[in-house]
Amino acid sequence: MTEEQKSLAPANPKMTARDVKVFYGPKQAIKGVSIDVDMDNVTAFIGPSGCGKSTFLRTLNRMNDTVASARVEGEITLDGENIYAPSMDVVQLRARVGMVFQKPNPFPKSIYENIAYGPRIHGLAAGKADMDVIVEKSLRRAGLWDEVKDRLSDSGTALSGGQQQRLCIGRAIAVEPEVILMDEPCSALDPIATAKIEELIHELRGRYAIVIVTHNMQQAARVSQRTAFFHLGELVEYGVTSDIFTNPRQERTKDYITGRYG
Amino acid sequence: MAEHTIKAFDEDIDRLRGLIAEMGGRAEAAIENAMLALQRQDKTLAAEVVADDRRIDAIEAEVEKLVIQVIALRAPMANDLRDVIAALKIVGVVERIGDYAKNIAKRVPLIATNTRTLEPISLLPSMGQVAGEMVHDALNAFAARDPELALAVVERDTVVDDFYNSVFRTLVTFMVENPKTISECAHLLFVAKNIERIGDHATNVAEMVYYAATGQTLPERERGADIQPED
Repeated sequence: MTEEQKSLAPANPKMTARDVKVFYGPKQAIKGVSIDVDMDNVTAFIGPSGCGKSTFLRTLNRMNDTVASARVEGEITLDGENIYAPSMDVVQLRARVGMVFQKPNPFPKSIYENIAYGPRIHGLAAGKADMDVIVEKSLRRAGLWDEVKDRLSDSGTALSGGQQQRLCIGRAIAVEPEVILMDEPCSALDPIATAKIEELIHELRGRYAIVIVTHNMQQAARVSQRTAFFHLGELVEYGVTSDIFTNPRQERTKDYITGRYG
Repeated sequence: MAEHTIKAFDEDIDRLRGLIAEMGGRAEAAIENAMLALQRQDKTLAAEVVADDRRIDAIEAEVEKLVIQVIALRAPMANDLRDVIAALKIVGVVERIGDYAKNIAKRVPLIATNTRTLEPISLLPSMGQVAGEMVHDALNAFAARDPELALAVVERDTVVDDFYNSVFRTLVTFMVENPKTISECAHLLFVAKNIERIGDHATNVAEMVYYAATGQTLPERERGADIQPED
């Protein structure tokens, strides 16, 4: 790590990655990435298609375990605990490190059930009244409560795309995660729905460590305080967002963010 | 520098840089012609300098419009953003430089012919030349994105300041000895002050160029007092 990256390292990082390598069969997708994810700041991963930013994001809650050919090397910790240790309960890990995907994927159930599902399987609610509180709190934090409070029994899939995505964020929040990973959460949404998600990210900052992968550099600039630029499986540059967008250190970063790439 | 994937972005940037080059060239010519008009007592040339200032003002307006358009439509980042913001600030400063040259030209008809023998008249053209060169180099540094050249401009400002102090003392001496020359000398004092301000503005342009080229701001310099106290 360079001096500059060191100075950026938070005193008490929520998650750390050290020399992480990911292979899909013989192909190496991530080539030794080290990074600290800060609790108090939103971290954005940017880079061209195929640069490894989504692959790397998925190592943070072991989503790559579901890909048979994927192999992860190096060390990733959550609160200092190695998440790839044999003793780690992956189901528990994914409750602590939640994920929101590119396409909103609500369950084909009611809005209420979409939120209640996670807390129920993790045994977070003592009874119906308790669950009602969790559902309302989660939907409020996801900025969706006022829009759906009178139709909680309607199907989640009947909502608009932007509402569905906020429902998915509410669903992630419902199990009281510590980290929320977002993989291009707005790429299927229109600008208004996008703005609502971005505002939501802003409101959730500090309560959860948030990492967002985005193709939209303006979005990274708007929502994050830390930006990491990936290229060809390497972490090229990691810095304070306003520095990255006004004065990047690396030529590759500069070419990418100014629209000169490739 | 590599081209943008979107070619129209490069065209916008090229047009912006072209306008600033033209503006700088015109400001430089205005300084040179104003000084020439003063030396030769050429009222026609002085009137031309005053009239030509309109084009400098027009370019400023054009650049402002283009910068707003580029920010709105292209969302420039990193060095592009620094370039575009520097362009916006530079045109404001160069417009002021044009105004100082115009002000010098406006004084030409007010200075009587016999002052040509005054010593300061012989110092002023050299002073004007240094200031003009600073403007020239500052804008060349912008065109070439050359931080070293910008730094050299900043360092040359003391030459203009020293000239100014020397002219100031000479004129005060003249006025004390020949009270009849006070009116002319007062005008020449303003001319010297205008040139001194042009040097300061060229320095400001150079500082903006340095930031645009490197992303770093220059450390605060020691600035000498405008007027050295009499010893």
